[in-house]
Amino acid sequence: MSTADAALTQKFDWSSESAAARRRRRHRADRRLRTIGVVAISIAIGLLGILIVSLVSTGYRAFVQTMVTVPVYVDPQFVNEDDPSKGNYRAIVKGTLETLFPEVTDPREQRELARLLTNNTQFMIRAKVVADPKLIGTTFDIRVPVSDPFDQLNKGVIDRDLPEDRRKINDKQIGWYDKLEAEGRVSTPFNWGLFVNSDSRFPELAGLAGAIVGSFYALLVCFLISFPVGIAAAVYLEEFAPKNRWTDLIEVNINNLAAVPSIVFGLLGLAVFLNFFGLPRSAPLVGGMVLSLMTLPTIIIVTRASLKAVPPSIREAALGMGASRHQVITHHVLPLALPGILTGTIIGLAQALGETAPLLLIGMNAFITSPPGGLLDASTALPTQIFIWADSPERGFVDRTSAAILVLLGFLIIMNGIAIFLRQRLERTW
Amino acid sequence: MNQAANAEAPARSAETIVVDDPNMNPIRVAAKDTSVYYGQKQALFDVSIDIPERSVTSFIGPSGCGKSTFLRCINRMNDTIDGCRVEGLITLDERNIYDPSLDVVELRARVGMVFQKPNPFPKSIYDNIAYGPRIHGLATNKSELDGVVESSLRKAGLWEEVKDRLDDPGTGLSGGQQQRLCIARAVAVSPEVILMDEPCSALDPIATAKVEELIDELKENYCIIIVTHSMQQAARVSQRTAFFHLGILVEVGPTEHIFTNPKDERTHDYITGRFG
Ligand SMILES: Nc1ncnc2c1ncn2[C@@H]1O[C@H](COP(=O)(O)OP(=O)(O)OP(=O)(O)O)[C@@H](O)[C@H]1O
Ligand SMILES: [Mg+2]
Repeated sequence: MSTADAALTQKFDWSSESAAARRRRRHRADRRLRTIGVVAISIAIGLLGILIVSLVSTGYRAFVQTMVTVPVYVDPQFVNEDDPSKGNYRAIVKGTLETLFPEVTDPREQRELARLLTNNTQFMIRAKVVADPKLIGTTFDIRVPVSDPFDQLNKGVIDRDLPEDRRKINDKQIGWYDKLEAEGRVSTPFNWGLFVNSDSRFPELAGLAGAIVGSFYALLVCFLISFPVGIAAAVYLEEFAPKNRWTDLIEVNINNLAAVPSIVFGLLGLAVFLNFFGLPRSAPLVGGMVLSLMTLPTIIIVTRASLKAVPPSIREAALGMGASRHQVITHHVLPLALPGILTGTIIGLAQALGETAPLLLIGMNAFITSPPGGLLDASTALPTQIFIWADSPERGFVDRTSAAILVLLGFLIIMNGIAIFLRQRLERTW
Repeated sequence: MNQAANAEAPARSAETIVVDDPNMNPIRVAAKDTSVYYGQKQALFDVSIDIPERSVTSFIGPSGCGKSTFLRCINRMNDTIDGCRVEGLITLDERNIYDPSLDVVELRARVGMVFQKPNPFPKSIYDNIAYGPRIHGLATNKSELDGVVESSLRKAGLWEEVKDRLDDPGTGLSGGQQQRLCIARAVAVSPEVILMDEPCSALDPIATAKVEELIDELKENYCIIIVTHSMQQAARVSQRTAFFHLGILVEVGPTEHIFTNPKDERTHDYITGRFG
């Protein structure tokens, strides 16, 4: 050891007070950093908790629906036996109410009484009769939703103790409802209608089926466009493109594209797909195409990152064996990158599922009462349905908005769960 | 080695000193005035060398002197590096390997490569070996392929160790086994030349001994070129040795000659450990 080395060790005294103080300061900084992290996580989880709690506390009501079971006499005089779809079913409903409440005779009161049942009761009866014409002339029980105010009454949202003029329903109507309840005709089963019905003007009938199918179609289109195109673009950029100013420019633009506000894509879709190409408004096809503009950069970026993460030694091994470029990519690089690509794609699709603004611009917020039969049928999507309902004044829609958000969140959780599952399942170590 | 520190002061020549060997096998690979540039930077200067078949030629020299660069020219792996340019002539069986009419895919099948770090594919042991024969269509049916896999693994001295677990991932083997798997993989396409870039640098002495033994057996059929930092290894396995320094091929000749009687001052300094 030279003298210089000796001087160095002597000069630094690890056990001195100043060294100890410096170490203490460093430990304090460690603890501070950790505390900040814990606080940040707590804030994030807390906010998420508030969101979920507020949604659940209003949304849970929409997952059950107040129903009433009433006897229906299908009077042959009101129904055309050759074509049961034609007939005066409104009169049949009236008859039902008259048998249940013979004491109500005043026409005005009868109208108030009729508001107890959902407006579509007559159509539900007709559907049953059309399905089974033998019912004509018989009496059968049918379970129909009560109209929204009575649903809210049953759920305790409408307060009986309020003065009559400050409620949507009067004391007499409450009396009739109580009579039905006393007869054991009222039930509150799980609200399957939320998932099998489409939108309706009446909250008690409105469901998400159309929106779910619309979102599914839009995501399908989005996936079919952005997945192959994204992977092909990423493979080209990563594996084939020369590294020069042009590819740098493309790279910067793709990254920018990922950050463009989604409403801009909506405007683009409106201008190009609808106005220029004349594709139909409100169609899931157009929705999916617009969403794919947003998903595409995400998929390209994720795919490139996954391709980059494949160790170069694997490429060299394959090239060294005499594999051609495309064999290296299809046999080795892509399979190894696939878990990352799939994870990124699912996360991109999940983002697209929640995207609202571009869909509003291409008219996927129309009022549509049946699920789309194909890619070109007018449709809504889950987020736009939420948007529509959030805009509706009826009390029932407030609950349904929250419920729809919960359904959307449920789908998002499922998709992200699949992404995590795939990542853990397919991930390889080398 | 030191006892050979020769009395006559070795010269420092700009030309490559070539010590000929009358018993040398016919030439398989030859380079003539090969220069390699990485962008503006020249990494190899006018390298000319003849490499005989059915023998082992080792490349030695200090780090960064261009051994790997030259090795990678021989199967054109440098093509994959952006900005890398090769000038001069390299021939395999008297055919210019940079000739546009020569398919690089074919060249790389004929000139196999084993890398410094074992790099098996993350696939089964079987698929690792079968990959080359499959892409080059060397086996027409399953039993033929099975035969190729077995004989390749036997040549690499790995068969006994893995014959019961051919479906296990190749990445699950030990480092030494992985390197022999990579050698078996290279052998499976019946190459004419096998390039090895420091094949033992990630291995322990026992695995190294196995690989060296294997190289010794393979040289009966193949032209082998090995880059190594271990002069003992070069002395043990190779018949000819080439010494590179700062991108220049300084001296090439029979191994015992290079180690006992180097003609160039730089070779002498290197093998006696004066720099490196
Ligand atoms: N991809 C590359 N891009 C630019 N320069 C490179 C590249 N690869 C190698 N070089 C340069 O070329 C020279 C020779 O490198 P090479 O890898 O051939 O050395 P080597 O003899 O194999 O060294 P080592 O024994 O450390 O492996 C070095 O100066 C190195 O910096
Ligand atoms: Mg090297």
